[in-house]
Amino acid sequence: MERFTLSLPSVPCTRADAAAALCGVVSSGNLEILVGRGGAADRCDIEVNTSAHGFRDTWEAVLTDAVARHAAGGLALAINDAGATPAVVSLRLDQALEALEDRA
Amino acid sequence: MNRPHRHSWFEADARARIAGLVDAGSFRELCGAHERLTSPHLAALDLPAAFDDGVVVGEATLDGRPVLVGAQQGAFNGGAVGEIHGAKLRGLFERARRTRPAAVLLAIDSGGVRLHEANAGLIAISELMRALLAARADGIPVYGLIGGSCGAFGGMGIVARLCDALVMSEEGRLGLSGPEVIETVKGVDEFDSKDRALVWRVTGGKLRRSLGDATMLVDDDIASFRDAARSLLARPVPARDLAALDADQRALAQRAARYAEARDGLDIWRVLGLPDPGAIPMLDAADFNRLLASLPSPTEAA
Repeated sequence: MERFTLSLPSVPCTRADAAAALCGVVSSGNLEILVGRGGAADRCDIEVNTSAHGFRDTWEAVLTDAVARHAAGGLALAINDAGATPAVVSLRLDQALEALEDRA
Repeated sequence: MNRPHRHSWFEADARARIAGLVDAGSFRELCGAHERLTSPHLAALDLPAAFDDGVVVGEATLDGRPVLVGAQQGAFNGGAVGEIHGAKLRGLFERARRTRPAAVLLAIDSGGVRLHEANAGLIAISELMRALLAARADGIPVYGLIGGSCGAFGGMGIVARLCDALVMSEEGRLGLSGPEVIETVKGVDEFDSKDRALVWRVTGGKLRRSLGDATMLVDDDIASFRDAARSLLARPVPARDLAALDADQRALAQRAARYAEARDGLDIWRVLGLPDPGAIPMLDAADFNRLLASLPSPTEAA
């Protein structure tokens, strides 16, 4: 497993009660994303646990894109990945963050 | 079949199954993902973990009556039971003895013990069996639901048959050794695990319903599983005295004798007296159930 954490700038999530939400299942080529409350209101804290080694640059690019598309400031994302492709990661991030926005 | 939109139980994950099974919005998860009760064994092996260790447990209502619900996540390591996964299910049955719900609903989707966890997984599943039986002995009915991609095999096949009643779809399979295990041990001539039609005829819901292992056969539709669970909940709690056990034992002995020569579900349907065994896999649940009900003695132990 390769593990790292990131803190990326993002528009603050307006949802005050952003409780833990879970999206996706850890299975081959798939991942789960747990959304919870983070630290600073204008940052998104992200923890990545992935079975694929050596793709940190790709992760950073996909995650930077996602938190720029959504209001993810003040949130913490924890990811368990079993070898998902960047497109699948991007889709799951959209699902997880849109689920919060829909409920806001 | 008159439902305009079916939502497949087979394709849904554990959370979607629960959401469609119980009263809308009533589910409250216990030991949820945010608590991060992940497997120490998978971590030690440097393998991906899941925040819920592949099983969702909690409480809800069904038709307004309190129920406890557990659902295995077949996509995570084949729904296999590890130490944490098993402890969550065991805890669900121990909770049932304290809170006395109308039933425990167990959505099984598992190949059995998680082999990565070896003895810890074996112990977890035996503790789960003991807790399930203790809840039943206390008068809490336990209803199993099988319709996922992993079916119910290995230790979870045993757990399934410890339930008071089982609801299955044809796609949900039930057995002890799974098809791939049998093929590996005995060879492809004994059992071809790649032959899906064969696998369904031998382990699928229609055969299990025919033999009485499953209590109800439903289509692969979340609403059909919900309707089945509601009808089970409306029944009186099944008898579980010595006489009932003896009757079950006699029925199993008769069944073993009656189907001793059977090599395939088709043989069993032929012996049962069904007119066109080859056509049975193509029937939907309603037509199949009608056909089965038309037999003089439909099933051994339903």
